Amino acid sequence: MSVPGGGGAPELFEMPPGEPDLPRGRSGLLSGLSQEGAKGVLIAVVSTVVVFFVLGWVVVHSENWPEVKRAFFNGAEFKDTFPGIASRFLRNVEYFLIAEVFILAWALTLAVMRSLPGPVFFPLRLMSILYTDFFRGIPTVLVVYLLGFGVPAMQLPGVPRSNAFWAVVALILSYSAYVAEVYRAGIESIHPSQVASARSLGLTRMQSLRFVVIPQAVRRVIPPLLNDFVGLQKDTALVAFVVAVPEAFKQAQLEQYADFNFTPYLGAAIMFLIVTIPMTRLVDWLIQRERARRQAGGGL
Amino acid sequence: MSELIRVENLTKRFGDFEAVRDVTFTAEAGSITALLGPSGSGKSTVLRMIAGLETPTRGRIWLGQEEQTHTSVQERRVGFVFQHYALFRHLTVWQNVMFGLAVRRMSKRERRARVEELLELVQLGPFRDRYPDQLSGGQRQRVALARALAPRPNVLLLDEPFGALDARVRQDLRRWLDNLHRELGVTSLLVTHDQDEALELANRLVVMREGRIEQVGTPNEIYNEPATPFVAGFVGSANVLHGHVIDGHMEFGEHRVPIANDLADGIDARAFVRPHDVRVRAGGSGGGSGTARATVERIVTLGWLSRVVLRLGDGQAIVAELPSDELCDVGLGDVVAVDVRRALAFRASDVGRLAEFASVES
Repeated sequence: MSVPGGGGAPELFEMPPGEPDLPRGRSGLLSGLSQEGAKGVLIAVVSTVVVFFVLGWVVVHSENWPEVKRAFFNGAEFKDTFPGIASRFLRNVEYFLIAEVFILAWALTLAVMRSLPGPVFFPLRLMSILYTDFFRGIPTVLVVYLLGFGVPAMQLPGVPRSNAFWAVVALILSYSAYVAEVYRAGIESIHPSQVASARSLGLTRMQSLRFVVIPQAVRRVIPPLLNDFVGLQKDTALVAFVVAVPEAFKQAQLEQYADFNFTPYLGAAIMFLIVTIPMTRLVDWLIQRERARRQAGGGL
Repeated sequence: MSELIRVENLTKRFGDFEAVRDVTFTAEAGSITALLGPSGSGKSTVLRMIAGLETPTRGRIWLGQEEQTHTSVQERRVGFVFQHYALFRHLTVWQNVMFGLAVRRMSKRERRARVEELLELVQLGPFRDRYPDQLSGGQRQRVALARALAPRPNVLLLDEPFGALDARVRQDLRRWLDNLHRELGVTSLLVTHDQDEALELANRLVVMREGRIEQVGTPNEIYNEPATPFVAGFVGSANVLHGHVIDGHMEFGEHRVPIANDLADGIDARAFVRPHDVRVRAGGSGGGSGTARATVERIVTLGWLSRVVLRLGDGQAIVAELPSDELCDVGLGDVVAVDVRRALAFRASDVGRLAEFASVES
């Protein structure tokens, strides 16, 4: 199971203007190549080919490779099962999209509740804190089991009885706690003088929050939010534990039960990777861009 | 219409720490008043209480005829300019200036006309579609000013507005703000630790130290008749010389200088002498009772002005500042005649450790 982005991406926050930036993250895959020109590229290509060839050769010529190949990399099995798994993956995408919309809204509500000033709002702040503490403190899979099996089992009138419905609700409740923390980090990173100037221009506290703080906070936390999206996309597989109608992971599981070959899991993994790798790259790119913008801009 | 600002016995306590104590002053309608003091003197806290951003522990605040001690920030209609601009980074220059108008009862056309007018005033018309990140520091501060002025505030509060800018830009903006104020005549309260800024811009200065007012007066009064050793040392530079008061004169070593203020005979005192009140003549002889001899230890030429470090007969150092061309026949190690034209004396016990603050770096 994946661990959603916890405290968010810390390097995005708390970086006061004017403070010397950390050394530019020259950790990109292709960094260094451009500096050394054509010769550098050539060396990189040769060394990559050599390393991968040696690794491949060692694996394929190891004693138990035929067994491993039969169990995990079975071509015939893959051809047979992959189309079914791929089409089931549409469900994962669907769960993801539905959950994400509710998570973004609910988490923002939680974060705003926690940022409300003054003694009047103490109960709301307390509720928000208890909520995030609770849902960040228990495994997501446990919530999925609890709601996905528990609520339909009660057979309450007027309450949906679909396991998948409640499993998605569980994802929403659990992820909202993490995403609320990301939002909160964003809200707290907005300098108090922003609110002060909005208020001296005639806005109320609430209006300042709505028109000044939240728009800037959300912009600032987009990369860590996307990180949590990646986590959520993977965790849609948790729905598999409670449903009868399969999504990609469950489908792979059923195929595996049929003939004890594990290749279908590889198919499911590939489907997840097709979505999550581009998302991860996008996050990296956004973080890079934000950093560059900060270095160029500075100021509050 | 512009309004006066009046505060009475304003006090602010943060826990056990009294940041502001019994501050009372009036900023006259249409003038610029400067709150001047070192960092930690409570001047910003006073400004924030006037804006309504802090609640006073005690005391009262008037903006115009109305007492506003307990009204909320948005009711006070003050324009506030922050040291770090506090522009809205997600909005363009145009939207930033428009921001305060959006919540006012005005027609769309009036609003647009007002924004146009303000951008014209701060000379940023061509930059209307830029974001704050795409502007220089000076431009940002002008946007901040336009934004604060757009809703026609009763008073303008400026919290170290040029503190984050480099020296050159700061001077340009200072002159520019001076002109702008002449044009608009909005009552302004300027918080600064920069004495030049205060002396150049303000009609009146309120000098603060450790949460209290040291002196209120015109720039001339503050500079020429400082009421306390602190003011004498903080506003403008001064030599601090050890000596005694004798018969309305300050005596240090062989030197006797008439003092501007009354002190009893015989007490241990400190004389505050402005560097430009020290005259230097080549050749160690001549002159009246106020003349003494000194050795030239260092000469620093700052263009037309030169700074000369002199060692008096009794071992004390004194710094003189004079036009460079008056120094042509004075060289290092020479013995010269020194005249002190004017000095202020304070009791040594009142000066205390402040002396280190006041003394001119040599």
